[in-house]
Order: sequence, then C-alpha cells, then structure tokens
Amino acid sequence: MPILTEDRRTGTVPPPPFKPSGGRGDDGSPDSGSSSFPIPKGQLGVWILLTAIIMLFAGLSSAYIVLRGVPAWQNIELPWLLWPNTTILLLSSVAIDISRRAVRRGDLQSMKRWLASGGILGVAFLVGQLAAWRQLVNAGVYLPSTLQSGFFYILTGLHGLHLLGGVIALGLVLAKALKNRLTAFNYEPLKLCAMYWHVMDALWVYLFLLLLLS
Amino acid sequence: MADGSGPGRMTLSGVVLAGLILILIVALLYLFIAQPYWFPTLASEHGGRIDSLFMAVLVVSGIAFVLVQGALGFFIARYGENGGERAAYWHDNPKAEAFLLITTAVILTVLVFMGQRVWASIYFADAPANATIVEITGEQFSWNFHYPGPDGQFGRTDTKLITNTNSIGLDRDDPAAKDDIVTSNVMHAPIGKPVRVRLRSKDVIHSFFLPNFRVKQDAVPGMGIEVWFTPTKAGQYEIACAELCGIAHYRMRAALTVDESQDAFNKWLEEAGK
Amino acid sequence: MSELHAADHAHHEMGFLHKYVFSTDHKIIGIQYLITAMAMAVVGGLLSMLMRYQLAWPQGVSPIMAKIFPVAYNGGLMEPGFYISLVTMHGTIMVFFLFTAVLLGGFGNFLIPLQIGARDMAFPFLNALSYWIFLLSCIVIFSALFVTSGAPMGGWTAYAPLSAVPAAAPGQATGMTLWITAIALFSVSGLMGGLNYITTILTMRTRGMSMMRLPLATWSLLVTSILGLLAFPVLLGAGLLLMFDRMGGTSFFVPAGIIMNQMPIDHSGGHPLLWQHLFWFFGHPEVYIVVLPAMGMASDILSAFCRKPIFSYRMMVYSMVAIAVLSFVVWGHHMFVSGMNPFLGSVFTLTTLLIAVPSAIKTFNWLGTVWGARIRFTPAALFALGFVSMFVSGGLSGVFLGTSAADIQLQDTYFVVAHFHLVMAIAPLFAAFAGIYFWFPKMFGRFMNPTLGKIHFWFTFIGAYCVFFPMHVIGIGGQMRRIYDPTQYMFLQPQQPVNVFISISAFVLGSAQLIFLFNFFFSIFGGRVAERNPWHATTLEWIAPTPPGHGNFGEELPTVHRWPFDYSVPGEREDFVPQTVPATVTAQH
Repeated sequence: MPILTEDRRTGTVPPPPFKPSGGRGDDGSPDSGSSSFPIPKGQLGVWILLTAIIMLFAGLSSAYIVLRGVPAWQNIELPWLLWPNTTILLLSSVAIDISRRAVRRGDLQSMKRWLASGGILGVAFLVGQLAAWRQLVNAGVYLPSTLQSGFFYILTGLHGLHLLGGVIALGLVLAKALKNRLTAFNYEPLKLCAMYWHVMDALWVYLFLLLLLS
Repeated sequence: MADGSGPGRMTLSGVVLAGLILILIVALLYLFIAQPYWFPTLASEHGGRIDSLFMAVLVVSGIAFVLVQGALGFFIARYGENGGERAAYWHDNPKAEAFLLITTAVILTVLVFMGQRVWASIYFADAPANATIVEITGEQFSWNFHYPGPDGQFGRTDTKLITNTNSIGLDRDDPAAKDDIVTSNVMHAPIGKPVRVRLRSKDVIHSFFLPNFRVKQDAVPGMGIEVWFTPTKAGQYEIACAELCGIAHYRMRAALTVDESQDAFNKWLEEAGK
Repeated sequence: MSELHAADHAHHEMGFLHKYVFSTDHKIIGIQYLITAMAMAVVGGLLSMLMRYQLAWPQGVSPIMAKIFPVAYNGGLMEPGFYISLVTMHGTIMVFFLFTAVLLGGFGNFLIPLQIGARDMAFPFLNALSYWIFLLSCIVIFSALFVTSGAPMGGWTAYAPLSAVPAAAPGQATGMTLWITAIALFSVSGLMGGLNYITTILTMRTRGMSMMRLPLATWSLLVTSILGLLAFPVLLGAGLLLMFDRMGGTSFFVPAGIIMNQMPIDHSGGHPLLWQHLFWFFGHPEVYIVVLPAMGMASDILSAFCRKPIFSYRMMVYSMVAIAVLSFVVWGHHMFVSGMNPFLGSVFTLTTLLIAVPSAIKTFNWLGTVWGARIRFTPAALFALGFVSMFVSGGLSGVFLGTSAADIQLQDTYFVVAHFHLVMAIAPLFAAFAGIYFWFPKMFGRFMNPTLGKIHFWFTFIGAYCVFFPMHVIGIGGQMRRIYDPTQYMFLQPQQPVNVFISISAFVLGSAQLIFLFNFFFSIFGGRVAERNPWHATTLEWIAPTPPGHGNFGEELPTVHRWPFDYSVPGEREDFVPQTVPATVTAQH
C-alpha cells in the first residue's frame, strides 16, 4: 500500500508539501524549545510518592470496608485522644502553610518560626498517637482483640510512620532554612515538604472518619 | 523491488522459522482434531453445555491461530532482506485497523454472550427440589461426605466435637443426626437425579473437582458454597482436589460412584449408615 | 572520542568501586539489575528442572538426588513438601526477581535516559538505592530456600489460610515470613524505580522529543511504571495484613472455627477471599507489568530489523494505554470458581474478553510491520519474531480461560500453566533475549557471537513450544496444578507419556540457555568490537558512543526532529534516518 505514486515520466516521486518537522509518521511537533512538562521534577516525584502511599491506604481501606460487613465485626471505643491529636495535626498543617507563604513574600524569620512550630506540632501529634495507643492498651484492647482494633493499630501505625518520614524531611528543610539557604525565589524543598505534609494531614482526617463512621 | 514493493528474498533463517511455524500449526490441528488426549468422559448433564462452549471457543481461536501464525510464517519466509532493497514504507491503514478491531470485538462479544448463557444456566439456576443433598467437607487431606439420611435433616455439627473418628464433629446426640451418614473419601449418587452439594472446609481452601462431570468449586473455610449437577452415566469416577492445600494436596483423592438406580443408591446409603 | 573524554572529565574521575559497584549511573545500575536477574533466572530455572524431573518420573528412586539433596530426597524419593516449595519458589523468583526485575530494572534503567536524550535519571541516588534494595530482596528470597523448617509452600499466590496459618504446612513458618519480607522489599524497590522512570520520561526529554516521538520501548516503560505505582502498594498492604495474621494474632484472612492437625486455630472474622481479591487486584496488573515492556521492546526491535516503520505507531500507544487501564478491572477472572458471587463472574468475563481487543490490535500491527519488510535475521530479530508467535499462542488460550463457564473445567489445570507460561514467561523471555542481543553492543561495546545466538534461538524456540504446547492438552485431560504425583489418579495415568515428553524437552530448553550464558559473559570481554550504530537504528541511544560514557551524549544533548521509525523512507540516501536528522525541503520523499 504505497502512499506515494511514481511519476512515470521522470521516475521520480514529487516531494510532499514542506513540513517543518521530519519523518513521515511524525506528529509534527516543533523542534525548537525543550519538551517541557508543566510540573518540575521534584514536585512530580513527590506526587508520585504520594500516589503510591494513597494506593497503599486505598488497598487497606478496601479490606476494611469488606470486613466491616462480616458478622464477627466488633466496634471498639476509639481513644478520646484522637480528637485533640487531629486538631494538633491540622494546626501543624496550618503552621507549615503559613511558613510557606512567609518565604514566598521573603519573610525569612517568619518562615523559620512557623516551620519549627509545624515540626513541633507534628512531633506532638506522633507522641499523642502513641499515647492514644497506650489508652487503648489500658482499656484492654490490643492488636488482635477485634477486627477493628487490628485495623486501628495498623492504619494509625502506618500513617504515623509516613508522618514520621515527613517530620524527618521537615527537619532537613528546617536545617536548610536555618542556614538561610531558602529564599523567596528558591524554596522548593519547603514547598515539597508542605505538599507531603498536607496530604498526610488529609489522609489522617480520612482515616479518622473511616474509623469513626463504622 | 528497490522501492519496497513485492517480495524480498527467501533466506534460510526465514524459511526454517516459517517451517517451524508450519509444524506448529500442524501439531495444533492434530492435537485438537485427532484428540489423542482429551477431556475425561463426560458424565453430567450440564457438562455437555460446557464442552460445547469449549468447542465454540476452540473453533474461533483455532481459526485465529492458523490465520495469524500462518500469516506470520508466510511473511517471515517471503520478506527476507535482499541486498540493499528497501522495505515498503507504508505504516498506517485506519480502515483496515478499524475493520479488524470491530471484527475482533464482535467475535469476542458473541463469545461473551454464549458463555454467559452457559454460566447463568449453571449458577443462576436453583437446584431442583428432588435433588440428593450432600454436605462435603474438605480437610487436609481427605474429603468427608455427610448425607442427611431418610429424615432429610442434617444433624448438628460442631468443631469442638471433632475427633479422629468423628471427622466433621457430628453431634450424635442431636435427634436429626441419628440417621446421618458420614463417609470418608467415598461418595455415591443415583443416576439421572440432581445432586446438590454444599462445600465446606475445615482448614484451608480446597477445591472439589469432578473431572468427568465438569464440576469444580473451591471449598473455602468459613463459607458454605453450593453447586449442583446431574450425573448421566453410571460408573466409578475420581474426585480430585484442585487448589493447593498443603503437602499432601496431590493425594487428596476420593471416589464417586454413580449408582445405576435409586434403589442401588439407597442400598449403599443404608449399608454405609451402619 | 574527545567528546567522550570531555563528558567523562565533566563528571570527575571515580574509583573502581564508585564507578562499577556503587554507581549512580543508570547504565551501570541497569546492567547490575540485568546480571542479578540472570542469576535469579538460573536459580528459578534449576528449580523448575527439579519439578519436571519429578513430574516425569514421580515414583522413580534416585540415589544421585538423595546424595545431593539428602533432606529433600529422603531415600531417593522427593519429599512432597519439597515439591510444593519448588513450585512456590520457582513462581515467585521468576515473576518478580527475573521478569519484573530484568524488564523494568534492567532495560528500564539502561534505556530510558538514552532513548529520551537525557544524561541520567531524575533521581540517580534513589535509583542506586532501588537496586541495592532489590539485591537485598533477592538475598532474602534465596535464603528462604535454606531454612530448616522448609521453604514456603503457598504457591506464588500465597492463598490464605494456607499462607496465614504457620501450622498449615511445614514451610509456612519462617519460610513464609521470609517470602513476605522479600516481596515487601521488592515492592519498595520497584516503586522507587517507577518513581524515577515516570519523572524522568515526563520531565527530562531532550529538545524535540515530544511524547509521540518516543520509541515504543520507552512508552511501554512509562505505562508500566504507572501500573506498578498503582498496583504494588496494594500488594504491600495485603502482605502487611498477612504478616499480622501470622504473627500478630489478627484475623483478616482467617475465619473462625478452623482446625489444623487436630488443633483448633484461634481466629475469628476473617475472609480468605479478601486475600484473593487484594492479591489479584495487584496480580493482574503485574502480568501486564511483565508483558508491556516486552511488547514495547519487541516492537522497536522488530521495526529496526524489518527496516520498516512499526505499523500504526499511534494505535500501538493507545492500545498499550487501553491494556493498562483495563488491567485493573479484570482480576476476578482468577477467581471464577473461588466462591465469589457468580454475578461478578459475568462481569469479569466481559472485561477480560474486552482486554483481548487491544492485544489483538497489537498483534495485527506486528503482522503489518513484517508484511512488506526486508527482514535482517539477526538473533535479536529472530527472538523478536519468536515473541510474536509465542504471544499469539499464549494470548489465544486466554480466551478459553476468560470465558467463565469454560474456565470451570480448566481452572487450576495445566491449561492455565500453559497459558501463563507462554504469555508471561516465554514471550517476555524472547523479548528480553531480543533486547539483550540488540543492546549488548551499546552496553558493552562488543557484539555477542551471532552464530551462538542463532543456535540459542532455534533450541529455545523449539524447546519452548515442545514444553508448553502439550501442556494445553494434559490440562484439557484434567491434570491439576501443583500436584507432586499425577499418577495417583487413574484418569491421569494415560497422559503420563506427555509429561515425560515435556520434561525431556524442558531439560533441552534449560541446557540451551547455557549457550546464551556463555555467549553473554564471554562476549563482554572477547566479543567483536562494535561501532556506534551497528544495527543502523534510528533511536537516540544509537547516537551516543558505544558504550556511552558518563553523561551519555558528550557536551551537547541531541535535538530530535522526527519519530523513531524512519526506516526505508523513499528517496532517502540510507535506509534509515536517525531521529536527530532534520527534515530538509529538498529531500526527495
């Protein structure tokens, strides 16, 4: 199925109309300018990481929802510490966001203060979660006690581990900030850290609701 | 030709590979038409529908196999490199693609509907009221068959009552259990009458496989799963486990005898109950 | 050459360890993955040879084997538990530690930056880390073969409760724990790799390299990485729950009231089918994670040796994406007789036969590529053509299995074994071989010996069909999977000669791979020196020096002006035009 026909007189094939790009099957995209992708690679990397984490919790959520329907399911009384813990985590997100806005307008002092506050609140959340576990244990509810208790420990534990990763990242960003390496024109690490943190925050709210509304 | 039209050279590699593909096609036709090894003898009513469905898929995929592998072999033989000759440059044909896509989709859709009818006839049709009922409990590594006896009631079972001699934990004090029959690795069913099977498991997942009856259903601990079938041929048949269940999975074998009459079956049941 | 030196100096002198062992260079990491995966292939292959030996002569006593494996061959006869461990470890090693590793880790790492015109991956350190975690996972799974309580026995699918209760089988104690750990580590390594690939392909393409100018190999690796990103975490979650069922006393997958070895097992509330749903939600995309890169690579290699553009590049890309999307809604076809709601069976039949459509399109396109070609029969070309044949064979048997009612009789028989080996093991293996023969010169600067390569091909092609084609037939005859001795069943005894034929063919097939291994390692040092673009191919990796130095392309990155399939363009002087060649008005087309 040739797509060109030969000129019988000259034995040559006439050239097609001029196309700036090469190759027959080409999509004709311009050669100039780099193949740009709207998201810088650091951010894209963090989004991909977050996607993997979300899928992990999605799989566990589906297991939770399926087992929620079995007759042997027993609800446990959630430790009341979860409520203040959630508030603390939400506040930490706010603090980190304030820090991000501060660096954007060049207020480095403010950035450092709010970033540190966010980190402290994050650590407080983790300590609070451990305390919540302690509350449950004192009430005699352990990992294998019921299906929901099993999920409780696993979901909160996994979330806590991922948030701990965020705390470590935040610590590294804070170190950078304290060395004055973040400026209004170059604060990518803080932006990435904030992105990660906010998603961990939203993830916690989701998990808390999942546990509550069972 | 220099512009890429027409055949290339028949190279040794091309011809040998094409030849092997031809042998493959012949082997396929031989294996699936002469059938030197084939399905176990059919002995159930619904099994015929499954076998027919298989044949339908076989014809469709067989034709596809011959055409596609054949074309591949033909092209491989025909279009070998020939000095500096160019290949043809064409590389798109939306009409042909659309045609092939639609044809494939239509053929597969027809298969889906054909298959769905058979599937529905097996799974969405309740067992008839006169079916012989038997509860089958798989365990590592044997099959237990529990018949309700003349009263038609299954006696209560309790896992706490399980012993070496009471494999399914039948509560002999339960009045309904007085006439129950429990056998190990031996199953009977009368010919021509539906058999309704409720599958359970004591430990891990097993799978109740009756090769001659086209019956296969996993037995899952914590679940009671029902399947039913109607034997159409008397004789002795084997039951196998078709889901890996531990080290002796390979010998989790039982025997199904299809009795020639309801009387013969009743007689066996009576003997087994003693 | 001075370009190469300049590039090397631009990235400073490195010691041997840093350059070849703890390298962050994607090419080194790719070769590390390749060689490690080859080692795992040898282990997995040997395990299957033992399996085939057992299946052919199930009751034969072998004093030699008793000498080599005194515990496994007690008195010269293989222990049934050992057989199940072989089955489990063979499947696990091959699916994860060979195929996923070699295609994604090996070829993904080596090819992506080169094919898109980048100097390295987006996150080179993370890339190196992914390899070392992969190596660790290999060590862990390998160690599972040697624990005294026995290697795991759950099959590679690890169905609960067999996998969730340590008492269920001898190997299900430490062995199973090691299995879960190895898989978890592998998943983390894979996710790291995928993160790198997606970011690199999307953000680091060189000037002019639009998405629709990417080679199909790179496209397939992008799509596959996204698949892995969405699927592997679910496996990780399921493995975590399984671990807690085994060691933490939870009951996610284990119901109440089960008894093992006469002892009641204390659990309540769990559901074995939940494991299957979670596992196969991952497991089905996983098989496409294996086959899509194979398709991508085979397509590019086929095109190069046919000297002809791939037929319908656009549809090849779209069908890859369609397969990837659909792969998430077909998992239930592994569970038709599992006890799940039969209504789901109907749904999954529909979606499964639907996913056959894009695969069929790709097959037609491969045919369309070979039609009118001028094929150069190198070992790489032979394996790429063999890939098409194997994929067609394996794909068509899938139609039977996808039709739920037909699957009733075929589920858990050797018909399934035949299907998945052809389509997920042999076809990708052929693509991987094609890739190795094709890119070996770029990797090592030398050719593999083509005569040995062809001998390797003929034995492998014939051997593979002799092993896996007859399996369809014994499956139809009813031979179940994972059974240590088929002759226990009278209805299977007449088929036993076929098992013998398959096993002998398997020994031949296995032995033939020694030719490849010898050729590979010998040629690294003693092969004929290769020039920059020995195959006259169009893609960017052939612009880079052979082998490419650190930084790949010298001082200046290439600029792309066309798609990668300009072979036999009418009117051009050569029968190929690399992607970097600009179009000219005066060229006679």
